[in-house]
Amino acid sequence: MEDTGIGLWGVPLAIFSGAIRVSTPFIFVSLGESITERSGRINLGLEGTLVFGAMTAYAIAVMSNSPWLGVLAAMATGAVFGLLHGWICKFPKVNDIAIGIAMMQFGLGLAFFLGKPFIQPVAPHLPSISLGGWSNYPQIQSALNINVLFIIGALLAVALWWAFKNTRVGLILRVVGDSSDAARAMGLNPDTVRLLATAVGGSLAAVGGAYLSLYYPGSWNEGISSGQGLMAVALVIFARWNPIGCFLAALLFGGAGALGPALQSVGVTQGYYLFYAAPYVLTLFILVATSSPTRSLAGAPGALSITK
Amino acid sequence: MTIELNTPALPPLSVQSGSLRPILEWIARRAEPVVISLGAIFAGLALFSIFIAVVGKSPIDLFKLMYTGGFGSWFSIQNSLSRAAPLLLTALCVALPARLGLVIIGGEGAVVLGGVAAAAVALPLTATVSPIVLLTVMAVAGMITGGIWIGMAGLLRHCRGVNETIASLLMAYIAIALMNHFIEGPLRDPASLNKPSTAPLPADYMLGNIPGMDVNWGLVIGMVACIVSWILIEATSIGFAARIAGGNVRAAQIQGLPVGRLIVGFTALAGSFAGLAGMIEVAAVQGSANASLAAGYGYTGILVAFLARHNPLAIIPVAVLLGGIDASGGLIQRRMGLPDATVLVLQGTLFVVILLCETLYGRFRIFNPDLWKMPAVKGRTA
Repeated sequence: MEDTGIGLWGVPLAIFSGAIRVSTPFIFVSLGESITERSGRINLGLEGTLVFGAMTAYAIAVMSNSPWLGVLAAMATGAVFGLLHGWICKFPKVNDIAIGIAMMQFGLGLAFFLGKPFIQPVAPHLPSISLGGWSNYPQIQSALNINVLFIIGALLAVALWWAFKNTRVGLILRVVGDSSDAARAMGLNPDTVRLLATAVGGSLAAVGGAYLSLYYPGSWNEGISSGQGLMAVALVIFARWNPIGCFLAALLFGGAGALGPALQSVGVTQGYYLFYAAPYVLTLFILVATSSPTRSLAGAPGALSITK
Repeated sequence: MTIELNTPALPPLSVQSGSLRPILEWIARRAEPVVISLGAIFAGLALFSIFIAVVGKSPIDLFKLMYTGGFGSWFSIQNSLSRAAPLLLTALCVALPARLGLVIIGGEGAVVLGGVAAAAVALPLTATVSPIVLLTVMAVAGMITGGIWIGMAGLLRHCRGVNETIASLLMAYIAIALMNHFIEGPLRDPASLNKPSTAPLPADYMLGNIPGMDVNWGLVIGMVACIVSWILIEATSIGFAARIAGGNVRAAQIQGLPVGRLIVGFTALAGSFAGLAGMIEVAAVQGSANASLAAGYGYTGILVAFLARHNPLAIIPVAVLLGGIDASGGLIQRRMGLPDATVLVLQGTLFVVILLCETLYGRFRIFNPDLWKMPAVKGRTA
């Protein structure tokens, strides 16, 4: 045991800080995906967008020495990927799930191709805010050292939740997502709405990638993502397309992911690798428990292909 | 349907050649997927050429190198075939459920668990049975494990309405965690220091090479699996029922077809093929189960299946083509100074363009004999 002075309290503390650290990319990707799916389309290619965003953010941050410029550039490329996905999906007979898988491969390939020269250089990191100054324990101080993107993500979740309910744009998005015919009757073009929703979703996913390369782990390499972009799709279903639900689901997922390392830090190594499966088992279990063979999921957009 | 698009009608045939019509119809109906797929591949290659030119390299040199690296010599052909072998089986893991309208993307999970199961049953048996018995037991263990794993996604789909795409994906991550648990823990060979593995198979128990080739038997097994799957889908009543259920579930249910059993059966069969790929990886390539099992064969298999439009026979040439592209990666990296991800960019471009071209089906009158404006039609209907 290390002489930390807080003993087993280190476990919940490590889970807490781990949850925040791990969940941030999930928050952004799942919020982006919730916007896209609310419009009635699914983008399974966010893994590619996320990795490309991570590469762009890192490259721009290296060149401009400004991490925030990197985040902005990532958002722009993410929007381009989203637009491409949205444009392709508007053609008849094109399967949005399959296109997502293809876009994922394309995005990964392009990111690895263009990102090769940026594996060596070091980019400036995104800042964090220290909320733990009141404590004397360095562990608590470091656990409360919260990155700025997490806070932005939390605020964004609340804002989106409000906007879906109360704004004109939110209403348009929901109408298009529930019924293309109803949207057309209202004079809306579902393809345009979905195109824009996919673009916004892509740019948020790219922010998730920027977090990975510019904060934690804070470097660019080909193994930067461990499937965060793919998992976000599951998280959105799990969260019932509710932005606040997405935030909480991401936090829960992050906490489950931090369980293994936290237990290891206090000397529990039995079945260490099984703890890696914890977030996936948890998500699968909740999906199974809440699905039903006879009706579609509560809160599901009517036009969404994946819930039929 | 936008059938009134601008394809020129065939020139009117003379009355004497009316007997040619059935042949022309037969050709026209089968030509559509071939022509559209080839057109899509060329369009994808053209886009990729533009990309390579923009990066400042010569696309011509690149394609020459790709040919040399993939198919230019007996050595490179064997290399390509070796890389194609696991893709045949993992593509079937996507293609079979796809005929039922299910998108399974977690084949990777069945590959790794199939490999671990094969290695696990081999451990206590190695000294006591003959190689052929051992390999059979390993194959059965790999297939059962993979079949249960993906079959579970089908079962959840049927019984609980859980989306099979998401479920199979989650299960792939769980499978990789399980594999790491077993090869780092209970099944770890203490002698494997740097790379945790199960105890290696003795050399004479390994699955060998096809005589006269430097390619293991996995290639033959994969091809047989593709042919058997094709017969199953195209020539049996089970396959017929599956195609109906894939086209319209309601119609299939009204007809009294056992949709649930079809879903579970097809996903289980699909998973057992992926599990077999894992077993072959252990028995013919690695010699033991280790982290190299999660090499992405399951994910490349998705690409192969979609490019082959879920036709098991078409999987064979597509897998060989992708194996060749993959095999040429090293040469491109060495000779042209391009990153190894060049191959991934090409694969991604092809994948996107080919799926985009799905929209062209049914748009060309030339492929649909019912719409040909020919005197023969009048003559026959009169």
